[in-house]
Amino acid sequence: MKQIVVVSGKGGTGKTVVTGSLAFLAQNKIMVDCDVDAADLHLLLHPNVKERREFRSGQTAVIEKKLCEKCGKCLSACKFEAIKPDFSIEPFSCEGCGLCAQLCPYGAIRMNENVAGEWFISDTQYGPFVHAKLGIAEENSGKLVAKIRQVAKELAEKDSLDYVIIDGPPGIGCPVIASLSGVDCALIVTEPTLSGLHDAERVMEVAKHFNIPVKLVVNKYDLNLVMTEKIEAFCQAKGVLVVGRIAFDKVVVQALVAGKTIVEYADCLAGNEVRKIWECLKD
Amino acid sequence: MIISIASGKGGTGKTTVAVNLALSLQNVQILDCDVEEPNAHIFLKPKIIGEKKAVIPVPEIDEAKCDYCGKCREVCAYHAIAVVPANDGKKGSVLIFPHLCHGCGACSLLCPKGAIKEIDKEIGIIETGEKENMMFVHGRLNVGEAMSPPVIRQVKKHINLSKTVIIDAPPGTSCPVITAVKGSDFCVLVTEPTPFGLNDLILAVEVLRKIEIPFGVVINRADIGDGNVEDYCEKENIPILMKIPFSKEIAVSYSEGIPVVERDISYQDKFINLYLNICGIKNEADSCRKR
Repeated sequence: MKQIVVVSGKGGTGKTVVTGSLAFLAQNKIMVDCDVDAADLHLLLHPNVKERREFRSGQTAVIEKKLCEKCGKCLSACKFEAIKPDFSIEPFSCEGCGLCAQLCPYGAIRMNENVAGEWFISDTQYGPFVHAKLGIAEENSGKLVAKIRQVAKELAEKDSLDYVIIDGPPGIGCPVIASLSGVDCALIVTEPTLSGLHDAERVMEVAKHFNIPVKLVVNKYDLNLVMTEKIEAFCQAKGVLVVGRIAFDKVVVQALVAGKTIVEYADCLAGNEVRKIWECLKD
Repeated sequence: MIISIASGKGGTGKTTVAVNLALSLQNVQILDCDVEEPNAHIFLKPKIIGEKKAVIPVPEIDEAKCDYCGKCREVCAYHAIAVVPANDGKKGSVLIFPHLCHGCGACSLLCPKGAIKEIDKEIGIIETGEKENMMFVHGRLNVGEAMSPPVIRQVKKHINLSKTVIIDAPPGTSCPVITAVKGSDFCVLVTEPTPFGLNDLILAVEVLRKIEIPFGVVINRADIGDGNVEDYCEKENIPILMKIPFSKEIAVSYSEGIPVVERDISYQDKFINLYLNICGIKNEADSCRKR
């Protein structure tokens, strides 16, 4: 079984468009959407949810107003700026360390368990799909990513699937690290802009840090050919294989609006390039 | 006034709006809080004048004082400490996992022997600089580090309220975004008129309603895609502050790291207009509150 993750560093470079097409092209696989903060892959795969589970993680402090003497111990100890001057908790800032509850001389603070989101196992016309929804303004997205990856891996092992294909989040922080860890290949989708290069370089370094093999695709390559060549030269110097150049194609937006993957929507330049990319990724 | 620029979906144009808005106004400070992938400097090319480490406090054990009681392990909510008790005359040991540590300080404050002190662990850098009269601050998370919120908080320590403060936030809807936009007077949500843009806009709107920050929407590449984002905004009574059409010229100037206002001065008025729209909504909201 091979695990492939699609990442980018910079957001909006086309991760989900590429991953959606891989759902159509790859056989005998399970799909996973690890962008749990702002998941979009379901808009292409149209899942039919079979199993729905709560994701419980971490705690949030609650101050019992009646017991609070406003001594200020919690306020000065909290490193997360989660206690307001009126001695109420800002739940979205609380990281659940519990220090305030430990320090409060009046026993006025208790820690409540968080339901930080939900995860799902679904059927799609492309096969099984594991995805999640982080609760609004919740934290611990890295843990939720780790959870759904574990679920997907177990399902893949049970059914002897060949691939786990993962749509990753943007950035280089905790959910990205959780999406990358232990995969067989990371496909970086970038765009021919200075920002795209800058951010791809950072996510490449993260992959290297965790010993993950990397391949790269330049999306919308013809928007700036000079920059595309610069990115390709950079990859060559770093020993990173460039597996494709996807042209800027208005059909991509039309496919998206129709809720379809580009390889199915129309016979288009971008779709044909993604077919080629899959041939380079599958072995 | 603090204006943050956010979006659920990445790549919708946050940095474009933040940078061009900053360049169109006087007396501005810009803070790039997308510390995982900061990009504003690419467009502004500020002169960097200060550099500081971004740190989180992690525990260090004084083995001479420690009696391996296990209190630190017990109070650590992040499982960042393991304690092997002393046994059969053999010395115990304490293991620290700095990558799991959130720097809350519980272990050091609650250690009965006073055997734990906090030492600074570098997780990124903060750079300050200037571009003409604009003040510039950004943070950069070190590669391999997971936790961006402490770096974002350290960027925000530089906020100068005598300026119009513009915060370029990271994408998403979880802790990094909330840390970045918290405390703002107004938040601009940048989106694109596609199903992905709409889906993630709805999530971002839920976040802002929860944390109670007034907001409006900028629709970027407004002429591609469909009309569902506009319909949604109308239905939800969300002001559309600005629409930026798709243009190859903007895309190319973006790709080269050139702010569009520097290529086409007519955009300056459009961004000033965006600012006036924001002020109008902000004043209206404030006067409602006073009544």
